[in-house]
Amino acid sequence: MKKVKYRHSTSRLLLIVALFLSFTVTSFAQDSTDVEAGEPETAADKADASASAELGDPAAGKGLFNSLCAACHKPYSASIGPALNGATLRHDKEWLYAWIKNNAELRASGDADAEAIYQEYNGTAMPAFPQLSNEDIDNILAYVEQPKPEPAAAATGGAGAEGGEGSAGGVSVNIILGVLIFVLVMLLVVLFLVNKTLKNFAAASGVTLPEKPSRKPIWQAFVENQFLVLVFSLVVLLGVGYFAYGFLMQVGVDQGYQPIQPIHYSHRIHAGDNGIECKYCHSSARVSKTSGIPSLNVCMNCHKAISEVAPETATAEHSKEFYDGEIAKLYDAVGWDPSTRTYSGEQKPVKWVRIHNLPDFVYFNHSQHVSVAGVQCQHCHGPIQEMEVVHQEAPLTMGWCINCHRETGVQMEGNEYYEKIHEELSKKYGVEKLTIAEMGGLECAKCHY
Amino acid sequence: MSSNKKYWKSVEELKGSSVVETLKQKEFAEEIPVDEFLGDEESLSNSKTSRRDFLKYVGFSTAAASLAACEGPVVKSIPYVVQPENIVPGVANYYASTIANGFDFQSVLVKTREGRPIKIENNDLAKVKAGGGARVNASVLSLYDKKRVKRPMIDGKNVSWEEFDRQVGSALNGVSGDIVLLTQTFASPSTTKLIQEFSAKYPNVKHVVYDAVSEDAALSAFESRYGRRALPNYDFSEAEAIVSIGADFLGDWQGGGYDVSYAKSRVPENGKMSRHVQFESNLSLAGAKADKRVPVKPSQQKAILVALYGYIVGGDSTSELPSNIDEAVVKAASQLREAGNKAVVVSGIPDADAQSLVLAINEALGSTIMDTDNARMTRQGNVAQVSELVQSMNSGSVGALMVVGVNPAYSLPNASEFVEGLKNVEVSVSFTMKEDETAKLCKYIAATPHYLESWGDIQFTDQQFSLMQPTIRPLFDTRQFQDCLLKWSGNSQSYSDYIKETWSGNLSGGWNQALHDGVFDGTSPVAVVASEDFTSSSNDASSLRKLSSSAQEGSEYELTLYTKVSMGDGEQANNPWLQELPDPITRTTWDNYLMISKADADKLGLENEIVSNGALNGSYVNVTVGETTVKNVPVIIQPGQAKGSVALALGYGKKEGMQKEMQVGVNAYPLYQNFSAFQNVTLAKAEGMHEFASVQMQSTLAGRDDIVKETTLSVLTTKSKHEWNSVPEVDYNHQEIPVSDEKADIWSAFDRTIGHHFNLSIDLNACTGCGACVISCHSENNVPVVGKDEVRKFRDMHWLRIDRYYSAGDTFVEEQEKLVNLGAFETYDTIEDPSYDNPQVAFQPVMCQHCNHAPCETVCPVAATSHGRQGQNQMIYNRCVGTRYCANNCPYKVRRFNWFNYAQNEEFDYHMNNDLGRMVLNPDVVVRSRGVMEKCSMCIQMTQKTILDAKREGRPVKDGEFRTACSAACDTGAIVFGDVNDKESKVSKLQGDDRTYHLLESIGTKPNVMYQAKITNTAEA
Repeated sequence: MKKVKYRHSTSRLLLIVALFLSFTVTSFAQDSTDVEAGEPETAADKADASASAELGDPAAGKGLFNSLCAACHKPYSASIGPALNGATLRHDKEWLYAWIKNNAELRASGDADAEAIYQEYNGTAMPAFPQLSNEDIDNILAYVEQPKPEPAAAATGGAGAEGGEGSAGGVSVNIILGVLIFVLVMLLVVLFLVNKTLKNFAAASGVTLPEKPSRKPIWQAFVENQFLVLVFSLVVLLGVGYFAYGFLMQVGVDQGYQPIQPIHYSHRIHAGDNGIECKYCHSSARVSKTSGIPSLNVCMNCHKAISEVAPETATAEHSKEFYDGEIAKLYDAVGWDPSTRTYSGEQKPVKWVRIHNLPDFVYFNHSQHVSVAGVQCQHCHGPIQEMEVVHQEAPLTMGWCINCHRETGVQMEGNEYYEKIHEELSKKYGVEKLTIAEMGGLECAKCHY
Repeated sequence: MSSNKKYWKSVEELKGSSVVETLKQKEFAEEIPVDEFLGDEESLSNSKTSRRDFLKYVGFSTAAASLAACEGPVVKSIPYVVQPENIVPGVANYYASTIANGFDFQSVLVKTREGRPIKIENNDLAKVKAGGGARVNASVLSLYDKKRVKRPMIDGKNVSWEEFDRQVGSALNGVSGDIVLLTQTFASPSTTKLIQEFSAKYPNVKHVVYDAVSEDAALSAFESRYGRRALPNYDFSEAEAIVSIGADFLGDWQGGGYDVSYAKSRVPENGKMSRHVQFESNLSLAGAKADKRVPVKPSQQKAILVALYGYIVGGDSTSELPSNIDEAVVKAASQLREAGNKAVVVSGIPDADAQSLVLAINEALGSTIMDTDNARMTRQGNVAQVSELVQSMNSGSVGALMVVGVNPAYSLPNASEFVEGLKNVEVSVSFTMKEDETAKLCKYIAATPHYLESWGDIQFTDQQFSLMQPTIRPLFDTRQFQDCLLKWSGNSQSYSDYIKETWSGNLSGGWNQALHDGVFDGTSPVAVVASEDFTSSSNDASSLRKLSSSAQEGSEYELTLYTKVSMGDGEQANNPWLQELPDPITRTTWDNYLMISKADADKLGLENEIVSNGALNGSYVNVTVGETTVKNVPVIIQPGQAKGSVALALGYGKKEGMQKEMQVGVNAYPLYQNFSAFQNVTLAKAEGMHEFASVQMQSTLAGRDDIVKETTLSVLTTKSKHEWNSVPEVDYNHQEIPVSDEKADIWSAFDRTIGHHFNLSIDLNACTGCGACVISCHSENNVPVVGKDEVRKFRDMHWLRIDRYYSAGDTFVEEQEKLVNLGAFETYDTIEDPSYDNPQVAFQPVMCQHCNHAPCETVCPVAATSHGRQGQNQMIYNRCVGTRYCANNCPYKVRRFNWFNYAQNEEFDYHMNNDLGRMVLNPDVVVRSRGVMEKCSMCIQMTQKTILDAKREGRPVKDGEFRTACSAACDTGAIVFGDVNDKESKVSKLQGDDRTYHLLESIGTKPNVMYQAKITNTAEA
């Protein structure tokens, strides 16, 4: 298994020093980007206000668009339905009202345009929205008719600075230490030089320095001192023992294992930024022993409509182009042609690298923990919603399992299975809430068979 | 009462041989195989590897291994691209399907994981079964047989199906002479219809049905009496008197599957159970379960049937039988008459006249046990047509032969004639799963799928049907016979659509319901051609005359050819699970053998010897029928074998399409002349000794005779439990107290009244020894196959074994009288010897007893075995270091040690050594590695799953939900599993049953497995 190489702290220190040196500069840069990032929005707003004055309020339209339209439409590119930007140029408003409120009716009335659009998008019927007033539709149109904003290129620099700022508290101490070390080194150098100069003076002035009597070498003295030898060997033995034990105990423990996956899938974006429920994708965790790596058709539930990430998703480490490339990898694997919006039928299963590897002789069941006990995924998997690349958070050792089973109470409220057993057991142990251990959760063959 | 009875497991034990004495003292018959990995001294000194080198290698490999351990392998996880909606990884799906391979017919549930079948279970909705439980359960492994034909072939070369269709199509069009379909019994209305349509396209088509093990006599008798070829159906559950003359109706007689209803009639309820009298030659399963068994020669069976007909229907009221047999027949007749319409006579005599008389007797009795209206259709073979076919092949009138699902070149008694005839056949097509003897000789080989990859409809009886559906995509480039036929008759439909069309409008619950249930009732939509005004052509008087004259034709030695519960007709001979399943009677694996009585063996100088490690050797004998001789048949001297009779199992000795390891036994089909199971033979001793792999000497009784408890029905109903099933007593403060008493216990017991407490109950009366539980356990728990050599060393890995005990005496009364009247030294000679001829048999499935005070747990130095609150004795493989103390200390000898790695090891080239075979492994149970102990876990993975399902649904567990592999496989109801803390459960009621006892109760282990004592019905009418 691949080991994670923790960077040595000195290299991190150097990095920090380097960052510190540019600290003042980058912090300026950050301030300026903040202003810049804010500016286009307001500028665009102003532009829209003038351009689509007759359309409506784009701010109100944004809400409506996101709740009703965004599943199938994008403002600037075709998705399940056509791109909406420019709709007002292509059709008159009355037609748009009729189409949006009930497009089936419009098509039934024999409208050629309506039928053409319907056919163009593979006969996918758009739902009727009779609840929208003309004013609502105006608002939506106002929002989508905003000109496409330019991507904010400077965002990258800002994010980089944020990293530096995060560890700024530690820097000042390090700097003081660094300065002190520098001073000490200087003192040493000065002392050495002074000593050398004095020797030169002595040689020049003919002063003979007294000879040191030859003493017993220090190692011999050490060997002769049995007490020291004893203490020393004890220390060595204990040290070796300590490290050997540490080494052996981590054999097969892969805490922190963070392999590189064939597709850079970011849990941070999905579970964190977008707040997608874990079990939406890992649905078998509810009913099965495995949590299930989602099949690619699950990805396509959303990614049929999402072919690129929003500009603000990009980070210092990974650009928008990078993420878009990863989505393209998904399309390649599942055989989806985003331009024609069709499946080619050519599928390439993705070979993910398994992160959590329990040995075969351990039986672990996700549904027992997730569905019955109601344990949060993060309890064992860590703050998955913050992980750009997932790593193994827990050590997954038996001691770790057992500890939790000892400490955690059984969640038995509202579960008829537990009614009788809880009543009897709690009486027996005289406790209100039973732990898993008390229910028999420490028995060997509950997990080993 | 029962304690007076003497039990023994093998003849050697009865004789008190010194080997048995030695074995008693040893847990492991074999020493640790040090030689095998270090080599003996000679090879050590000869080899280039010196001891120093050896140590170097050891040192290096240890270092390398520990270094390698730090870097685990990178594990890839590949999800579906598009996940099928009904598959959730990690959750099993069940589909109803049907096995119908021409020999076994049974509706089953197929357990699939991630789209691959891993286990066969019983379909509880099925009302009819016509197959052997062990073979049906093992059939899933035959799906993953690496010797399967993977694609169509012409002249031994792989071709595509398009090419195959083209070539066969043109060959069929140009053929001169008949096109003959030589098929197995399909019992399929759609296939019948399809063949009719095929015959319409090619006018010269003939359809010949061939059963390797023929039931032609019974079929012909039925035909002449009732006008169609079928077999009567029997429901023994209400039977009061059963008389069987040579019918092993608990085995494969007339298709088998009668053990389910029989077992119901054998469990005493309200003081009543059936009485079963068996006249037979070789000790069969039915004979082993009989209340009274009379060993007779095959020719005498005919005479007995004649006499019985005389006594019941009329005719001669005397017989020429020896007086002791005649007496038994008279008693049987009066028993039958007394039971009236609850009586039934069955017979396995391979003679149409005999079968006709049996039908006549049952008619005369007015038997409601026999059902001729809803007759069985699962045997259709026609001997006359097969013989005619072989003749016309030799005469050259057959232009094309399509062999489907049968292997005549191996299984025909006149196989050589068939092979000769095949040379005259222009177009020969073999539809087969294996490149077997017949396929090798055919020009075209059409690779067919396993039944788990096929569609089908099966007619069990006139009214009962089932459907076969694929549970996995075809593993290889195979196509069903029916699909080929559709294509060749110019029909573009698929066979599944064809079946749907056949049944459209005939399914009351609709197609989906029928497919879901697997079984349905109805009437066949395909008309069977039958003569309109049928008059019964059977003439009982002439049958009687013919039969009594053929009864005179016996010779000195008469052979009975039978089928074993493991091998059947040999269709699944390449299945290692079945090869390693010990025969219920002889306890021998990996072989067939001639069973012979002790007296005859002595006469011929044949012997069985037990070598020092306890393994069994036997002499060879040459068996001759007419002109045909089968050479070097190993001999087993079988208690209960009628004098003058011998028996040999069919289905062995196959050579083609078989792994080398599985090519065991001798082919007995050449002796199956005229498809008759009874043959007059001559025997001649041959040189050499055969090495058997028999487990009967594995562990001895060590004098503990109360392992099996049995009594008679009259004792059960009249006397108190204390007299015949008393709990052993121990001395406590100078008072006798039962061992079950708390005070008798040196341990402090845990409180097990809370939560689940699992118990397993085994009814010795209902157990027929069929072996379905053993195979089911193998398949559920990934139990390895160890092979013949290892079984011979008693290193078999069966978690569940079915012990077979012999006991003396026809009746207990007789035995007791003799015991009282005889002096101590004479007991052996006088009592045991007659019983050697006819011992009583008890089957006892033994698995880990899950003792609450387990002796194994206290001796484990690393606490690898411990006790669970739910009653399981838990074995933790990853903790085990292999000291084997536990096995030493186990009084029941149920622990099995992994002497080797049985998975991925070339030395054990069975299913666990190839990727295909490993697909059958249960992913919920770990595959054990070398050096660890293993044993029955009470299927904790199954109980845990049941509990988890209940928790998830937030409900208590219902009775019947908890199951183990063995209890689920046991359709006779002998094995019941459940929670004894649930007072309403079946198992907790059984706990209080009078017949219940525990094994070796006196040693105080408090097992969680209980047994119901065996009851025999000795009431004579």
